[in-house]
Amino acid sequence: MHSVDILIVGSGIAGLTAAIAAKETGASAAIATKGAATKGNSVMAQGGINAALGNIDSDSPNLHAKDTLKSAHNLANENMVEKLCNGGIEAIEFLEKLGVQFSRIGGADTPLKSIAQRALGGASAKRACYAQDYTGLKIVHTLLESAVNLDIPIYEGLFLLELIKNSLGEVCGGLFFNFDTGKTEPIYAGKVIIATGGFGAIYSKNTNSATSTGDGLAAILRAGGELSNLEFVQFHPTTLKGSNILISESARGEGGYLVNGKGERFINELSTRDVISRAIYGQIQSGERVFLDIRHIGEEKLKQLMPQELKLIKQYANCNAAKELIEIEPAVHYTMGGASVNEKFEVTGLKGCYCIGEASNANVHGANRLGGNSLLEAAAFGLQGAKEAAKAKASKIEETELAYTLPIAKGSDNMELFKAKKTLADTLFENAGVVRDENKLSRALSEIESLNIKDLKIDDTPKHSTLLIELLELQNASILATALIKSALWRKETRGAHIRSDYPKESVEFEKNSKVNYDIIE
Amino acid sequence: MNIEINNKSYKIKKAVATLLEALIYIKENIEPVLGFDYGCKSGVCGACAVRVNGKEKLSCTYTPQDGDKIEPLRYYPIKRDLIVDKSSQKGLLKRVKTALLSYNQQMLTPQDELKTQIQSDCILCSSCYSACPVIEVNPNFAGPFALTKTYKYAIDAREAKQKEHIDTIQSNGIWDCTLCGECTLACPQNIDSKTDIINLRNLSAKYGYMDPNFNNMNFGGGFGLDFNGRF
Repeated sequence: MHSVDILIVGSGIAGLTAAIAAKETGASAAIATKGAATKGNSVMAQGGINAALGNIDSDSPNLHAKDTLKSAHNLANENMVEKLCNGGIEAIEFLEKLGVQFSRIGGADTPLKSIAQRALGGASAKRACYAQDYTGLKIVHTLLESAVNLDIPIYEGLFLLELIKNSLGEVCGGLFFNFDTGKTEPIYAGKVIIATGGFGAIYSKNTNSATSTGDGLAAILRAGGELSNLEFVQFHPTTLKGSNILISESARGEGGYLVNGKGERFINELSTRDVISRAIYGQIQSGERVFLDIRHIGEEKLKQLMPQELKLIKQYANCNAAKELIEIEPAVHYTMGGASVNEKFEVTGLKGCYCIGEASNANVHGANRLGGNSLLEAAAFGLQGAKEAAKAKASKIEETELAYTLPIAKGSDNMELFKAKKTLADTLFENAGVVRDENKLSRALSEIESLNIKDLKIDDTPKHSTLLIELLELQNASILATALIKSALWRKETRGAHIRSDYPKESVEFEKNSKVNYDIIE
Repeated sequence: MNIEINNKSYKIKKAVATLLEALIYIKENIEPVLGFDYGCKSGVCGACAVRVNGKEKLSCTYTPQDGDKIEPLRYYPIKRDLIVDKSSQKGLLKRVKTALLSYNQQMLTPQDELKTQIQSDCILCSSCYSACPVIEVNPNFAGPFALTKTYKYAIDAREAKQKEHIDTIQSNGIWDCTLCGECTLACPQNIDSKTDIINLRNLSAKYGYMDPNFNNMNFGGGFGLDFNGRF
């Protein structure tokens, strides 16, 4: 029976940062994560992590906050944005001291001043600190190495099934499915921090790790917590057509063009992602193909700026990006919504449960997230969230009998799982995609309902069953998809990444968060 | 196209760009309970490494050929089919202390960045570990990825305790390597662990360590001699 002061669920940048920060306060901390610790979405982040260091251009946390608020379309909370932008320097300093291999500039006079920064869309200064095009990878591995060295237990292969509550209704742990034993097991804790990331992978076309299925959010919802702004799903404008491999925003930041089949540019390439995705979607709807042109940047510079991406573009599209046009399409990239949290990162409706990183809706991204702000949120709020959790009163641990029936039954048709998964992912992309309307959303809702995912079962032994994990993920996907569509139906307006063709204008009436509880799913 | 997984043949009736797509095809059409791991589908999470015809490959970046024989990575306990238990990685990293042990406030330059740029590209896929022939005879050998990570910290100007990293890799570390270079060939990220190990040996010499193998030869010390090379 494990018991710990602070249990962190998820091992991306948010979870690892929180674990290290929690341990530094003197608390005992442990991480539970469903797969290998480095398998999540964070390692895929390329572009950078924003902090107003002002190493290249003149910059300030105020200016950073201004850009962030502008992109949020009046849905962000100014205090939280301030916490985020002021927290940038602290976050970079924390990472620098752990040894992250940031890219550097010459002629600096302090360690932080030596970190290179580049432009990303919607930023009025070169603000994104980066590590070549492996920013997320290098941060995650450095954090993992530090966490291991600090003896923070990292339990891999634990899939969060339910949050455990005591008789006062406070969260005091989590019930997990253990991939290695095939059994369920509880971990008790005075506080639980959910850092399980977003749910972009429930869409058919997405840039996410297959692991991003919103498991922590579904558990929060089932336990009585509130989620908000789920309809704000960010599409990344430039992913390789077909494979949806991401071409990071830095390609446009460095001067890449977007052109259609006629070779015409049709949008300012440094606009925010929502604006560019919509423009590209419009071109594709009108029968055009869309390409990213980075040939003029020059092979030498490209190799230095985006070595990883050049390799992937070659592998997946058989394209030499230094000499040829790259065909692209928008795909789901990031989910702005998540668990509603207060200024101390505690989840609305769930005492003792905290949420940070992409999983949370900390009211900083609003209707559209700026490039470079996701890693910042993960690191800055990972630090701040852990400190808040450490300060708070611990939930009383009550070990209770926890019955959970795994969805396994002999003789089940395992192929049903794949069919349901594909239908859900396709219908979401088609009907709750870049451009939505009432009819499409309603159609998606009834289609998902007709899949009866909660009754699906598989035929396999539970131990080491990836099939079982896929079904548990699909159950969560179906809950989140339903909540997302209902939120999108409620928001009868167009704002940031939420585009309704039947309500094409921003409306003052909807200048507020959408909110969902579990009762709207049932 | 046919591929073999652990000696069982599967027919792939669809064009696939990667081995991972072939594995997903098998799972969704032939054998739903097949065990294999993946995450990012873009070569950066390290989860999907397997052996193809005896060579380590990432499933998500390898283009399969007819008749390919697929097996799990070597040396790790097998969980199911192609899934192995890599949890010992963390114990290994702890043992060789791959972390900044004491921060020394130092400014880095673009030249410093280049020194460890490739080493910090590691995705912890364990391809190098599986390819290493030394582990077959000495399971306690730290192996390539752990030594490359050690090198990364041992030469980082921000590390106040550089020598401590060198101290940790004298026993079951750099001197056990045969410099065969299989790790370097296996790495999907083009990390050259063999050269990192040579560099670590040179650094060790600067700190006063000597190759214990020389000593063994000169003085007739045999295998199993517990000698940490310290003078």
